[in-house]
Amino acid sequence: MIRLQNIHKSYITGTNKLHVLKGIDLHIKKGELVSIMGSSGSGKSTLLNILGLLDNHDEGVYELNNEEIKSMSETKAAKLRNNLLGFVFQSFNLISFKNAMENVALPLYYQKVSRKKRNKLALEYLDKMGLKEWAHHMPNELSGGQKQRVAVARAMITEPKIILADEPTGALDSKTSVEVMELLKEINKSGITVIIVTHENDIAHMTDRIINLKDGRIESIVENNKINNTESVQIPIQE
Amino acid sequence: MFDRDKWQEIFSTIRKNKTRTILTGFSVATGIFMLIFLLGAGRGLRNGMTSVFAQDATNSMQIFGGRTTKAYKGTPEGKRIQMVNDDFLNLKKSIQKIDAISAMSYIPGAETISYKNNFGNFNVSPVHDTYKEIKNFEIIKGRFLNQNDLAEHRKVVAIQDEVKKVLFPKETALNKYININDIKFKVIGVFHQSSFDDNSREIYIPITVAQKIFNNNDHIRRISFTLNNVSVEESQNIERQITYKMAARHNFSKEDKNALWIQNNIENSQTFAGLFSAIEMFVWIIGIFTILLGVIGVFNIMMIVVKERTKEIGIRKAIGASPNSVIGLILMEAIFITAASGYVGLIAGVGLLESISQFDIIEKVYPPAAIYFIDPQVDLGIAIGATIVLVITGALAGFFPARKAAAIRPIEALRDE
Repeated sequence: MIRLQNIHKSYITGTNKLHVLKGIDLHIKKGELVSIMGSSGSGKSTLLNILGLLDNHDEGVYELNNEEIKSMSETKAAKLRNNLLGFVFQSFNLISFKNAMENVALPLYYQKVSRKKRNKLALEYLDKMGLKEWAHHMPNELSGGQKQRVAVARAMITEPKIILADEPTGALDSKTSVEVMELLKEINKSGITVIIVTHENDIAHMTDRIINLKDGRIESIVENNKINNTESVQIPIQE
Repeated sequence: MFDRDKWQEIFSTIRKNKTRTILTGFSVATGIFMLIFLLGAGRGLRNGMTSVFAQDATNSMQIFGGRTTKAYKGTPEGKRIQMVNDDFLNLKKSIQKIDAISAMSYIPGAETISYKNNFGNFNVSPVHDTYKEIKNFEIIKGRFLNQNDLAEHRKVVAIQDEVKKVLFPKETALNKYININDIKFKVIGVFHQSSFDDNSREIYIPITVAQKIFNNNDHIRRISFTLNNVSVEESQNIERQITYKMAARHNFSKEDKNALWIQNNIENSQTFAGLFSAIEMFVWIIGIFTILLGVIGVFNIMMIVVKERTKEIGIRKAIGASPNSVIGLILMEAIFITAASGYVGLIAGVGLLESISQFDIIEKVYPPAAIYFIDPQVDLGIAIGATIVLVITGALAGFFPARKAAAIRPIEALRDE
């Protein structure tokens, strides 16, 4: 599903050049539940942004769904994001002046799905998250856990192949964190690849494979459940 | 464009920032309001001035005898040129483009006019019946002089409404006899004429009668006529023709500018039209700059909107909004604000102009100015033009902010906490 080869990324801030990713080689198979761990500044968010087509890599090869991602037009990237990927963020990133249902339905608006149909679908997804009664509430009327579940519903509504979660539990207490993780695991069981960026050990240990980043390089890969990960290929991958 | 969702997005942001949006819209509305009002007022002024000056029809010319300033064929300079009936008849025959022509003579000492115990000093002008086509009279009662009055030397008179008020304060004037130099004239009509001179009090009698009983000669003081569909150049040509003819008849040099005074209203009205076009252009410039200020306001606001919505736009892009849809969103909001508030300004401007002419506001505020200000209006073309200008400027005001919004990178937007 995802294949990274010698990915480099640096940011230029003023006269300084910050080399964030220094050659990442990684292969994530379809249906995996993977976490990326690392201290702040290790490059984990940058890696997720590149995986999520929110940022370009400077060097290396990135294959997503058997398609090499090179510098592509914004419109093309937007379309790929819309069709292939779902995002869950630490700060939820719901649109504040839209109610829960409208937030969930928004990705379908960009697929030109009719209003009626997408609202119906949004309600179904909210129902799955146990939030049907909250459909017409604005985000500021929801608790953190509820907001994150709305965000998960929004990520799911386009039936993506991959869910990218950036510190999905970062703003939640431990009880709701576990709930959200259970939700993500359930999504994973339905065959969707889930990639979670976190700095919390217990969250990472709920995933199949932990990729530890340090200073822009993969330091180690820990397989949590050997049985589920027989398919995981040792890196680096030779083409 | 008529996507309900897009409009909902736009309205929800507008609702969120009511005050800001209204203030921005206000500046645009003011611009359009000023433009419409000034243009309408300019039009009113033009109409007013035209109607005042058009007491002489705008296609008319007048000829007066002057005094020569050049010696010619043995006659020394300073000779008075006295026009006579023959000149009138000659011009009537020889200038083809003439529509209506009338001469006017003069009654020496005809000052005091009376009816019973009422009397006043009025200007008595002996004219032809055709004079009514040269002056713009409004007949209130009865009729103006006609051909029979002239042919049969009838002692009849048409009086201005102001004269009627003095001589017949409490009764009707028609068919009553007034005294002009102790000769009785029958009133056949009352008319109204607008003029800059509030004191104009005119009385018209048949020129044939005046020449016979007051002057006992065939002198005429001036010849007035109107021309059919002539350009300014043609009218100047006719002016020259007349000068040549009269020079031959009265024995003066064709080059002598003072022997004959010709007032060419066709030329004058063109000058006039030019003046008002200049005023109108000036008004447009003021209006456009005022609108421009409003549009810069919209531009500013949209820049702030984009800045404020950076995160939201980032989210939209992350979940699949294309750059074009983001541009559309911002652009349409800008166009909507300008178009809607511009429309308000348009309605307000037209409304004010309409109420001014409906309720005669100028008449009530400052009556003497009223005759210079008639029917202030903007035509449909200007209204449509202003609307188009608004939409275009709205689009321009939105374009750069929209482009900025489209260039937002999702990750930077999402980092923007």
